[in-house]
Amino acid sequence: MSEEVSAEILTTHILDLAAEGKRLDGRGPDEYRPISVEPGFVATADGSALVRIGDTAVLSGIKLEPGKPFADTPNAGVLTTNAELIPLSSPTFEPGPPQPGAIEVSRVVDRAIRAAETIDLTRLCVTPGEKSWVCYVDIHVLDHSGNLIDAASLAAVSALAHATVPAKRFEVAEADYPLAVNHFPIECTFVRLGDTIVVDPTFDEERAAQGRITVATDEAGQVVAMQKGLVGAFSPDDVKDVVRRAFQHGERHRALAKGGSS
Amino acid sequence: MGSVGAKEVPVLLSPEGLRIDGRKLDELRPIRLQVGTLHNADGSAFVEWGANKVMAAVYGPREVHPRHLQQNNKAVIQCKYNMAAFAVDERKRPGLDRRSQEISKVIGEAFESVVFAEEYPRTSIDIYIEVLQANAGTRCAGLVAASMALADAGIPMVDLLPAVAVGKVAGKIALDLKKEEDNFGEADLPMALVPQSGRLVLLQMEGHMTEEELAQALDLGVQGCREIYEKMKQALRERYSTGPVGGSS
Amino acid sequence: MKPGPGTYRTGGKVYASVLGLLSERPPLVSVIPLSGRYIPKPNDLVIGTVTDVQGTFWLLDIGAPRWAPLHMTGTPWQVEIGETDRFLRVGDAVVVQVESLEATGRIGVTMNGEGLGKLEGGTIVRISPARIPRVVGRNGSMIATIREHTGAEVVVGQNGRVWVGGSPEAIHRVSEVLRIIEANAQHSGLTERVESYLLATMPTTVRGSEPPPVEHAHRDAPPRVLDSAEPDEVAVDAEDDSPDTIEPGEQ
Repeated sequence: MSEEVSAEILTTHILDLAAEGKRLDGRGPDEYRPISVEPGFVATADGSALVRIGDTAVLSGIKLEPGKPFADTPNAGVLTTNAELIPLSSPTFEPGPPQPGAIEVSRVVDRAIRAAETIDLTRLCVTPGEKSWVCYVDIHVLDHSGNLIDAASLAAVSALAHATVPAKRFEVAEADYPLAVNHFPIECTFVRLGDTIVVDPTFDEERAAQGRITVATDEAGQVVAMQKGLVGAFSPDDVKDVVRRAFQHGERHRALAKGGSS
Repeated sequence: MGSVGAKEVPVLLSPEGLRIDGRKLDELRPIRLQVGTLHNADGSAFVEWGANKVMAAVYGPREVHPRHLQQNNKAVIQCKYNMAAFAVDERKRPGLDRRSQEISKVIGEAFESVVFAEEYPRTSIDIYIEVLQANAGTRCAGLVAASMALADAGIPMVDLLPAVAVGKVAGKIALDLKKEEDNFGEADLPMALVPQSGRLVLLQMEGHMTEEELAQALDLGVQGCREIYEKMKQALRERYSTGPVGGSS
Repeated sequence: MKPGPGTYRTGGKVYASVLGLLSERPPLVSVIPLSGRYIPKPNDLVIGTVTDVQGTFWLLDIGAPRWAPLHMTGTPWQVEIGETDRFLRVGDAVVVQVESLEATGRIGVTMNGEGLGKLEGGTIVRISPARIPRVVGRNGSMIATIREHTGAEVVVGQNGRVWVGGSPEAIHRVSEVLRIIEANAQHSGLTERVESYLLATMPTTVRGSEPPPVEHAHRDAPPRVLDSAEPDEVAVDAEDDSPDTIEPGEQ
């Protein structure tokens, strides 16, 4: 269970272990916690997936509704991503407007999905300038034990990969059809612990971290998004190293996003 | 909830007295209860009730935030009920809405009636209910989940709070309405029971019922609550004979 | 029977108010909760983290329903008003003893005493407070076994926090043992499970030779062997049979 203030000696211990390439839970620097993906968790959504990475649990639900396209892109549908760090997920929740952490998760997940052209927004257009599908990607963090970005992103992409466009229900077409997903971006997050850069940080490791970097890659060998967060710095060589590692992890996680389970 | 005019009214009760999903009038939907499903919370529970999926978490007793809400002689009980955007057919915009605020209030008051709050002055007991998938009766499912989450958190209470909604379909009093019955039925009466005293701490009603029908509905509701109570106790016992649930659904 | 903690009386009958293990010590009947936050008792030794520093006291997070204020006079140091941050800062870990529990909910703690003080080095492992009696064991047998087989320094906080000091290997093995205890506390054969893990992971360099050097934990006092109060009979008995659990509302 997380606490509001970390003990300094725990942080020091985490850094001491990292200096020897070790981590609190016995993982190696390039090892993820056990990951599971459960598509179709929510029947009321048009697509959904529950993802667990270790003790972190994130649920994503897709809803598609007819709406109006934006004036400057009359031939495209609309994609909008929203992540909620709901209070039950962590003792550090503060009531009020969305915390910067939640906003960052929303935007980083959204950025990768958009940059990778995960869904072809022009195919979501029904009548140019008048009617198009609005694709809502809602992300609900249920249990925060570190690395929300990877879990949220995997949940969102998996939900999209298993989504159905409710064309019949909204009387846009004769039958519902699967949402066309063309690319599968996978996000991998790393944190610096002293001189060691480890993947998939736990909550305690995030607290001890001196910088965080997320790399999103697609199945065609492209880097599609990056985000450096927290307080700390990375050299260009560090960045090249994590990009290489992100491609490797990406391949494995992509299979989970498409197929589910673990 | 739901748009009544847009669809045909389904047949809610067959000539043999069976409901739209084959249940009898006094039958509950299938219920699956799990305790200790979240790692961070002091207590947690997950309820699958018919097509409802509801998660509840309790944090506390803990320091009160913001401080000015602190009470000198007892714990403050704060309850927040929320529905995920994707929990209902028509996407719900994230954020506070009046329905959720009202439900948060009545559920919070139900727990205030049974929790021994005086044992923890100047603290807060925070109850969070999150509806992940909705199919009528979410406030009752939420109450049941929160009740078990409180027990999981070791919060002292008079008793667990089983809850259920009774309604009226095709003129007959029916236990535990599902979505179509709630949309097209003639009344809805959610309630929560304190089994130890036989009293109700949550009671709301909407629709049309005669005095006799109301009496019948109350009795049926209490009967349903007692059945749910047994399931809740069973789920709590299972938690401790096999160890913490790893959070699987 | 009189209602003890975890119970209440109404209408002439005594009911459980929490989910837990039944404990009958006439004339008192109590129910000990199986989970939930740490509830302080006087004389408990606890490990806390400083969450706030004020002019004359520090606030400690001890995992209880409230933070515990440690007053500057409750330490062996000469603290001037307003100089409290010279001695303890946010994030520091300390071992203190619970002195008083007031009706207002205030938890009085002191750092004056043998074995109490600021913790340096090592790490803190969190475990459910309900499991602490199993970490100590009957007559301190389990904790003695752990110390003997690892050479680690261990301070057990009644609040579910365990400080572990020593070589990284020793710290890792003790952490693993704590994890085993947490996962298996209700099953029989826990002691055997722990012992077999410790023997299986005994470092070969240590076997038959001197124990590895151990960091000294406290600046102010030598480490003291934790002499906990007799572990509750009921919780320990759980080793033998499945616990007799009862729920709120049960008589």
